[in-house]
Amino acid sequence: MEILSIAIIIILSIALAIPLGKYCAKVFKGDKTFTDFLSPIENFIYKISGINPNAEMDWKQNLKALLTINFVWFIWIMFVLLTQTWHPFWNPDKILSMEPTQAFNTAVSFVTNTNLQHYSGETGASYLAMLLGLVFLQFVSAGTGIAALALLFKGLLNRSAKNLGNFYYHLVRSCTRILLPLSIILAIILLFNQTPMTFKGADTIITLQGDTVSVARGPVAAMVAIKQLGTNGGGYFGSNSTHPFENPNGITNAAETIAIILIPIAMVFAMGFFLNRKKLAWIIMAVMTAGYLALLIPTISQETGGNPMITKMGITQPQGSMEGKETRFGSGLSALWAISTTVTSNGSVNSMHDSFTALSGTFMMLGMQLNSFYGGVGVGFINMFIFMIIAVFISGLMVGRTPEFLGKKIEVREVKIAILVALLHPFLILGGTALASHTWMITQNPGDTLKWLNNPGFHGFSEMLYEFTSAAANNGSGFEGLGDNTAFWNISTGLVMLLGRYIPIIGPLMIAGMLSQKKYIPESSGTLKIDSPMFGIMLFAVILIVGALLFIPALVLGPVSEYLTIIR
Amino acid sequence: MSKHPRVSKLFQKDLVIQALKDSFIKLNPKAMVKNPVMFVVEIGTVIMLVMSIYLLVKPDVVQGRFIYNLSIALILFITVLFANFAEALAEARGKAQAETLRKTRQETPANVLLPNGEIKVVMSSDLKKGDVFITTSGELIATDGEIIEGIATIDESAITGESAPVIREAGGDRSGVTGGTKVLTDEIKVQVTTEKGESFLDKMITLVEGAKRQKTPNEIALTILLSGFTIMFLIVTVTLEPFGRYANTPIAIASLISLFVCLIPTTIGGLLSAIGIAGMDRALRANIIAKSGRAVETAGDIDVLLLDKTGTITIGNRKATNFYNVNGMPGGEFIKYCAMSSISDETPEGKSIIELAKKNSIEVNMNDHKDDTFIKFTAQTRMSGLDTKGGLSVRKGSIDTIRNLVQSTGGTIPVNMQKIVDDIANNGGTPLAVSVNGKAAGVIQLEDIIKTGIQERFQRLRKMGVKTVMVTGDNPLTAKFIAGKAGVDDFIAEAKPEDKMNYIKAEQKSGKLVAMMGDGTNDAPALAQADVGVAMNSGTQAAKEAGNMVDLDNDPTKLIEVVEIGKQLLITRGALTTFSIANDVAKYFAIVPALFIASIPQLQVLNIMGLTSPQSAILSAVIFNAIIIPILIPLALKGVAYRPLGAETLLARNLLIYGLGGVIVPFAGIKIIDVLLTILKLV
Repeated sequence: MEILSIAIIIILSIALAIPLGKYCAKVFKGDKTFTDFLSPIENFIYKISGINPNAEMDWKQNLKALLTINFVWFIWIMFVLLTQTWHPFWNPDKILSMEPTQAFNTAVSFVTNTNLQHYSGETGASYLAMLLGLVFLQFVSAGTGIAALALLFKGLLNRSAKNLGNFYYHLVRSCTRILLPLSIILAIILLFNQTPMTFKGADTIITLQGDTVSVARGPVAAMVAIKQLGTNGGGYFGSNSTHPFENPNGITNAAETIAIILIPIAMVFAMGFFLNRKKLAWIIMAVMTAGYLALLIPTISQETGGNPMITKMGITQPQGSMEGKETRFGSGLSALWAISTTVTSNGSVNSMHDSFTALSGTFMMLGMQLNSFYGGVGVGFINMFIFMIIAVFISGLMVGRTPEFLGKKIEVREVKIAILVALLHPFLILGGTALASHTWMITQNPGDTLKWLNNPGFHGFSEMLYEFTSAAANNGSGFEGLGDNTAFWNISTGLVMLLGRYIPIIGPLMIAGMLSQKKYIPESSGTLKIDSPMFGIMLFAVILIVGALLFIPALVLGPVSEYLTIIR
Repeated sequence: MSKHPRVSKLFQKDLVIQALKDSFIKLNPKAMVKNPVMFVVEIGTVIMLVMSIYLLVKPDVVQGRFIYNLSIALILFITVLFANFAEALAEARGKAQAETLRKTRQETPANVLLPNGEIKVVMSSDLKKGDVFITTSGELIATDGEIIEGIATIDESAITGESAPVIREAGGDRSGVTGGTKVLTDEIKVQVTTEKGESFLDKMITLVEGAKRQKTPNEIALTILLSGFTIMFLIVTVTLEPFGRYANTPIAIASLISLFVCLIPTTIGGLLSAIGIAGMDRALRANIIAKSGRAVETAGDIDVLLLDKTGTITIGNRKATNFYNVNGMPGGEFIKYCAMSSISDETPEGKSIIELAKKNSIEVNMNDHKDDTFIKFTAQTRMSGLDTKGGLSVRKGSIDTIRNLVQSTGGTIPVNMQKIVDDIANNGGTPLAVSVNGKAAGVIQLEDIIKTGIQERFQRLRKMGVKTVMVTGDNPLTAKFIAGKAGVDDFIAEAKPEDKMNYIKAEQKSGKLVAMMGDGTNDAPALAQADVGVAMNSGTQAAKEAGNMVDLDNDPTKLIEVVEIGKQLLITRGALTTFSIANDVAKYFAIVPALFIASIPQLQVLNIMGLTSPQSAILSAVIFNAIIIPILIPLALKGVAYRPLGAETLLARNLLIYGLGGVIVPFAGIKIIDVLLTILKLV
């Protein structure tokens, strides 16, 4: 039954993503769509922002626009978070201003589409900060990723042309025509299932025992919808979608799970429609899905198999390992969510990842370390693009031609940028974890001084590795056993999120800009066809060897050793 | 292609000795730094040496025994040497090959014609560009040059291996002569065209010398990719140190460096420059002098190949194959007229008419026509013939010219003759009309003979994705017929030199890379425009300067070989890169458990090869990593066998052999080395 619902959720996601991808391609192209009635709103935004949406820009101008507007948002959210105490309205619970390093971390986290929440949602941010700061960023940061991808597509489509289109145009339309309508639909589904949407402050109830309990509430449905669809992951409540208000029942759980992977998958099909390379879209889709399933299936098997320590005690666990999971979802659907949210850089949770059986931690981390099996909205495909460039280069040589990607030669500059971008991810994750391990080891009595780790063994290592992995992948989920609201973690993961967000956007856009200007070389029978299953296999192998292999030693020291010491 | 004295054995004693010496010389860090992957291995070696000495003074349990550290240092050192040896051997072979060509340029005296008309004997090494020297029959031509006066038969066998003498003459498209070849008859004045040390051969020699060699763009891109992988694995190893401390498993420096060296792509890094040099060497062996490595690589990317019909697709020139008499005169008489019309025709076609007449037992003798007036064939009149004293006027020429002639005397071309003409043209032949006293007499059929086996070669090219284009002066009908019969994809009929140029430009505009071969001065612009222009050595200096390769054999089908050499070069690099990276899987399984097994005994499950001990595991992996380089030297030097399959089949094939093979082979290799080390009690 559980397996059946998992299968239905995945198949339904793909089935919905195909028409959505077609629609997105039209939005990117500026073709007629049924959402054209939104043009007045868009024109209004262009007008008040002084944007000429039709001004064609090259990759440099577009990148400048992207980085500038992101910086402005960062300043805005910093201001909002540091001034919560004085918020004139929408702060009924009198939430105080954030501590500066936490504000920095939170600001970066939301600008970069990460939503690594070192604060606890309902007690850390005012309604005003939530709506005008965080939820706003959940839209525009997702829009930034989608707009960057639209520019990349244009670069691949161009033949000896310089301009990639207009970043602002794509940003606005990604928000108004893709994210907003879908969020409204999802929010309505949630509302019908009793997710709150109110500006009233926390409610109080008196329990059966007679205690008075304060029940936090607020504009929940709005935030949950966009946090799922925009691969943001930052929930209204600290406990995210495990909270009964964020994710009340099986229907909302299914809808929210679909919302996690829907747009990332749709982007692949959008590429197929945009470039008119439908077969290529299916090949990439196959590679991504193969990776997704390769992580998902063992995780489901681990979680439904139960905790080996409990099994050793002679206790059967017909429901699987239920520690840290919600009984209304069960172990299988929790595993599905866990893998979906980690491969897509979403980071919302419907169960506590820290409590998953040891080996599942490996798969969740691998999902983020590869960060391209669907990946974040827009940026997932952009990450895959880097792997494709490397795969095309090596396999192009193997067929005896200067490597070509969609008819454009891959030469020194493209390879240089691709490999630098590919380097970044392991550098941030392993470098960050190394720094944390080192700091832990040189600190006298670290447990009391640093207070990061409650259980410093293999699992503690996994917690630190997970945190940096999540930050670098702009995921935002965490092994929450880690005491991460300290200056060290706020600043280090803040920097990691910044680098992990912008460099993988800058690099690929540079490549797209270069490819855009190159001459198109028509295909011959000697050309490597990247829409062939053979290339799919090559791509998968490159992801495994260039991506996964790098993290093996770290994973062996963390979750794998934990697993092996538990089962032996 | 084996008519040349070539360095054929892969490991020739003298070359190996030379290469061994060079591999030590190449240890100079200044030279090593050009190869980033091997350079870091050299640094690793130095660190390990320092470490060993340190341990000798101050033993340290964590770092392992002195002898173990020293063994690692030595293996790393050998790894670097192996890589240097591969490069040195490729270089030595290339140089040896160039030397055999250079030998033809022994010091030769030249009779230099001074401006004042005097003759002075100058040794070939002292000749300067622009000097003019005279060579007469029996003498060797002192250096490369261009004939400015005279015609001579020349024995070029020293260069091309072809024993039949060739004719070279001033003014035409065959005015180039090569130093070291021998004038057999006549006397020629030759102008020196290159400064000493700047000849094509000299340029080629720098391409097979590792130090001076310019890396090609693809090679640079691959070097960057490999450097990127190296940095990635540097990150992996460096961060492992604090991870190990955290896990209460301090890792020895020897283990970290071993892991690092095993993971970085040393196999391809060590062989990369050898592959490049060997590619140039293969070109040289095919008697191609490439002016840059880039040209050879570009050849592998060629999409369109322009080939001259004559000599490439068809054997030599057209031949007369039939006489058609339409005037009712006795057959023998008609043939005689045909022969008479060709006495003064020096073109190969004209000669073939005399020959065919001879076969029909009709001979014409020059002496019989001593007093007659000959009309020579010229490009303007397009007609040849003779007017006898007896008032007989015989003409032979293209249908159009003869028609004009006949019509000017009030006659017409008979219908049956027109039909024969059309039939011949439709079947790929060339009809020549013959008139006697202004009346149409009949038709001579000229036909092209297509080379045997050429269809298969074009088939091969098509599979590689290369489009072949035949260039011919024939009319479109004839051209189409021959094109169809030979199996080329397209043709340019009635081609003028600018047509080639336009065709190349049009193809390039659509993004394609074009290769062509040419010899004449009027080919020079097209040769320069083409992405790969191969000039024949017998061609004019202008053509040779314009192209980016020179074919010493003057073989028009050589282009096909060049394309294959270019492809093979890239495939070898790609295949060995894949192999090298795929090796990492097994190395991980050998080293990672070995690093931590002391403190986490449960990791024994990951030791799937069942290696004896952590030290033997690490040693085996490092040894495998070193010896795989010399094992693959033959492959690097010979290149991965190229088969003209479609790109997808080729990828599947190479991925299976070098990708999957690259995953499996080291598992076996490391296990075998481990077993040997254990048996020999070395660990």
